[in-house]
Amino acid sequence: MKAVFDRPASLTDEPFPYCPGCGHGIVHEIVAECLDETGLTDRCILVSTIGCTVRCWRNFDVDVVQGAHGRGLAVATAVKTAHPDAFVLTYQGDGDLAAIGLSETVHAAARGEAVTVVFANNAVYGATGGQMAPTTLMGQCVSTCLEGRDPQNGGYPIRMCELLATLPAPAYLARGSVDSPANRRKAKALVTKAFRAQMEQGVFSLVEILSPCPVNLKMSPPDALRWVRDEMIPFYPLGEYKLPPGEQL
Amino acid sequence: MMKGNEAAAEAALRAGCTFYAGYPITPQTELLEYMATNLPRVGGRFIQSESELAAISMVYGASAAGLRAMTSSSSTGVSLMQEGLSYLASAELPAVIVNVSRGGPGLGRICPSQGDYFQATKGGGHGDYHLIVLAPASVQEMADLMFLAFDLADRYRNPVMILADGMLGQMMESVVLKEPLESVPARPWAVRGRGDGARNIVISAPYTDADLRTMNLRLKDKYRRLAEAECRHELHGAEDVEHLVVAFGTAARFAGEAVDSLRADGVKAGLLRPITLFPFPYDGFKKVVPSLKSVLVVEMNEGQMVEDVKLGLCAAGFRGPVGTFGGGGGFIPSPADIEREVLRVAGMEVAA
Repeated sequence: MKAVFDRPASLTDEPFPYCPGCGHGIVHEIVAECLDETGLTDRCILVSTIGCTVRCWRNFDVDVVQGAHGRGLAVATAVKTAHPDAFVLTYQGDGDLAAIGLSETVHAAARGEAVTVVFANNAVYGATGGQMAPTTLMGQCVSTCLEGRDPQNGGYPIRMCELLATLPAPAYLARGSVDSPANRRKAKALVTKAFRAQMEQGVFSLVEILSPCPVNLKMSPPDALRWVRDEMIPFYPLGEYKLPPGEQL
Repeated sequence: MMKGNEAAAEAALRAGCTFYAGYPITPQTELLEYMATNLPRVGGRFIQSESELAAISMVYGASAAGLRAMTSSSSTGVSLMQEGLSYLASAELPAVIVNVSRGGPGLGRICPSQGDYFQATKGGGHGDYHLIVLAPASVQEMADLMFLAFDLADRYRNPVMILADGMLGQMMESVVLKEPLESVPARPWAVRGRGDGARNIVISAPYTDADLRTMNLRLKDKYRRLAEAECRHELHGAEDVEHLVVAFGTAARFAGEAVDSLRADGVKAGLLRPITLFPFPYDGFKKVVPSLKSVLVVEMNEGQMVEDVKLGLCAAGFRGPVGTFGGGGGFIPSPADIEREVLRVAGMEVAA
């Protein structure tokens, strides 16, 4: 019988520790498939940090350094310095990348470090149980703003791709989503381009992936996917925000 | 002749440091600038980081990836590094951190101070851990202890802090530098991309509660081994010392002068200078206690190391008077004042 689908070789046999309907499993699978297809698994050094993915070192069959909350890109900067030929990848959530680690994120991008970020944006703090994230939408109800995000108190969400695209440093910046099989395929293409941007063009690359967190959104998994599609995508438009030098948007 | 900051930087290069990340802060900035100019010349990378938080995490990443890595800062900035120091200790990563400390608390001022003794020796960040802490007292030691720092860091897989102060960083003295090392220890555990082999994993968070307990026990055992094998101190003055002064770093320079002056006057004074502040040389007191009548602890803070001195003296069976002298916020104890305090604690007549 012909095998048409298999577990990516870049994943270990360890089951994902995530909640039912969580998007991390899909995003992990995309990353692993891209590693397999680009042949970078053996040269990959993954930098993991904080949140639900704190133990993803058990899932990816690559060398891993676990850094402090928010400091993933400081760690990755140094790892890439030590091993310029390695493929250095950080996997970060919205709190990690855009709140506690915003400074490290902006400055790694500004320095133009040749590392790749896969940024899972689910608009909520997952591991701590559903607090406001820097990407929580206006009016979205979470445990630290029960009546919905309010500009008088919580301020406004941060669009990371747009923010980073203002920097003069060369980069590849894109946003995808895993709300549907079609968008999953498109997101995978963006991740592949981001891998190539690091290894072939030597630039900073980041792919933001909109991802559902049904448990903390207090929705069923299908409703959470619909919420990503109907609420998140209009505020966080999908597409490419910056291409490496010589390429046109 | 070199400034202490520059001697430390040059020694680090000769000790095989190939990665430096740091953030400008007085009075350590010459160290950072020396690295910016000279680290690229030996094929290393200097990064002026966006913060001390980032600097220490860059050192964490560089060390995990196999490089001899260091950072430097001064008190205020070292406070920001406590996060990364705890992570370095937990992941058992070698690294060297120089604290050219200044007066605090808070923003304080750039005057010399030893106010960071507790922070350096008792953990500083969260959780049960220790840095190895070395205390130079001269520009020569700023250089020599840098070699020792990198060596201990690799041997014990533990971050090492060199606790200096603004005076040691800024003053110039003649210094003889060791020849550059020809090689540094291999780190087979470092990440590099697994290739065809087994993967390497450097983590701070163990998988289970039992794993975390195991990590804590492993660290505890390491600190015990350090206490057994790596305590260093210097005894200045004869072994028949009756009136002991205990001081580290810059304070020990003033205290040494005071001791020499007292001995010239016939007072059997001596100086015990801890060089390792962690592990603290508690056993160093055993040798001097039989003849000992009084002790004065001199610190450029409001009394921090005195707690460890009292533990050492107590364990050695000393029951005589223990005085303290010094102060934080930039107070510089003069040799004459130290002499007077030694005599006062000893209950001896103080000349008018």
